[in-house]
Amino acid sequence: MRLKFKLSRQARIDLTGYAFIAPNLLGMLIFTFFPFFFSLFISFTDWDYTKGLGNWSFNFGANYVEIWKDEWFIAAVKNTLIYALTVVPITIFLALVLAVIIDKYCYAKTPIKLALFMPYISNIVAVAIIWVMMYSPWGPFTLLVQKLGWKNPPRWLGDYYWALPAIILMSIWSNVGYAVLIYSSAIQGLSQEVFEAADVDGANEITKFFKITIPALSPTTFFLITTTLITSFQVFAPIQIMTRGGPGTSTNVLVYYIYTAAFTFFRMGYASTISWVLFALLLVVTLIQWKGQKKWVSYE
Amino acid sequence: MTILMVIIVIGMIIPFLWMLSASMKMEKDILTLPIKWIPKYFYIDNYKEVWNIGGKAKVDYHFGVAYLNSLKIAFINMFGAVLTSTLAGYAFAKIKFRGSNIIFLLYLSTMMIPSQVTLIPRFVLFNSLKMMGGHLPLILPGLVTITGTFLMRQYFMQIPNELKEAAVIDGVGEFRIWWNIMVPIAKPGMAALSILVFLWNWNNYLDPLVFLSNWRKYTIPVALTNFIEESLTQYGLVMAASASALIPVFIVFLVGQKFFVKGLVAGAIKG
Repeated sequence: MRLKFKLSRQARIDLTGYAFIAPNLLGMLIFTFFPFFFSLFISFTDWDYTKGLGNWSFNFGANYVEIWKDEWFIAAVKNTLIYALTVVPITIFLALVLAVIIDKYCYAKTPIKLALFMPYISNIVAVAIIWVMMYSPWGPFTLLVQKLGWKNPPRWLGDYYWALPAIILMSIWSNVGYAVLIYSSAIQGLSQEVFEAADVDGANEITKFFKITIPALSPTTFFLITTTLITSFQVFAPIQIMTRGGPGTSTNVLVYYIYTAAFTFFRMGYASTISWVLFALLLVVTLIQWKGQKKWVSYE
Repeated sequence: MTILMVIIVIGMIIPFLWMLSASMKMEKDILTLPIKWIPKYFYIDNYKEVWNIGGKAKVDYHFGVAYLNSLKIAFINMFGAVLTSTLAGYAFAKIKFRGSNIIFLLYLSTMMIPSQVTLIPRFVLFNSLKMMGGHLPLILPGLVTITGTFLMRQYFMQIPNELKEAAVIDGVGEFRIWWNIMVPIAKPGMAALSILVFLWNWNNYLDPLVFLSNWRKYTIPVALTNFIEESLTQYGLVMAASASALIPVFIVFLVGQKFFVKGLVAGAIKG
């Protein structure tokens, strides 16, 4: 009797538990879990959207062979890596320096931080549009460069070599405020004792910055690297609005290529293949970070 | 140092200032050099045209519709996602049901999946359900967030079990424990998540671009790019449209800044 009672009690707990997670689980399964595997299936077909839904034939991984002969794809991988591996370190280092300066030497800390933060809460589409105008021959950015002595600057977004750096600069501008905010709140949580001890030993500001501040903030740095790297690999809106992947292949990135392959050329199978390469890339990058974090992240 | 920072800050907001000044100039004056930061006159016809006030718009849409659409989607998803995340987060943290560990592991592994991987399958799904062009392809998936579920679980884990046990002894049901005891304690976490979900939806661009095709249904980002495509050479109009998309958000942000900053930082550190 007693055993039976216990079982039914656990069964009741199970039932409540599943009732609580049901809406969430359902959404997760329908919109993430099953689509994930469905996308893997599509990536092994040559499905062309114009042929209609369900009209797909299995092509045994031919897409995964084709991508490596596709110069647009190679350029997309290269540009995505260049973009992410410049935007992330520069943004984070700049933010760290700014956060320390603001915390130590500035009056009006809050207004300064809010001003830096404005680009981050701004709609990326509107921001990209403003920067298209900033980079135009009569825009403030071009005029500033001319004033600094570069008489004939290139047409930034229209130039094969300058288009990607121009987008990278805009991305750093729009992301730095968020990182400053996160660093600032982490800095306020640091204990002052170590700094005071260093003062007694006569350490200068630069030494303290590299020997104390950077190691003490390493968990925050790790968090910022992880999150901004993932979003950088998925950059889309600035590319679609500012350059459409051009000139040539110079700013084609993975997500933009997924979008054009699927919704301009209707090659759904091929686009799914590229999306799986993106997924694999993210997985590898994340694994490297988790392996590497033991070496430099200290949780006291 | 403060002066150096002020220079940096001005550098940061110059694009916005320039947007404002250009949005209130006539076309011929935008291109004059040197740049006049404060125009001699305030030409608000650009805004009238963008917002279609007094039948000024040459194009058959205006920003009010896009604003309402964006607000509608962002609010529905905010309430929906916070509700589903709070329910599931609580269950994963405090209800010892069988299989919870395995299912939670499943959640953790799906967190890695970028939304672009599921984009084409979602497109196929909504196409076969004849939902394309409406708001449902944006709302339905947005009602559940895996990151949010994870955040809420972390939040509930910090709440001591004694609180719940006392209520269980008194014979209070699980749902009432959740609603009467746990939700009030979890309010700061829910507020932080609300802000995150709202911003995700408000700034989402790729999904609306793929799923919407009619100006009556456009959200702000898509309305903006469409507007720009049709009036690309009219810089004053383009800037007025961008300003219209940004300024209300700035005002809301500045009014509630303490709340917002706390929410964003909390979301970051718990994540």
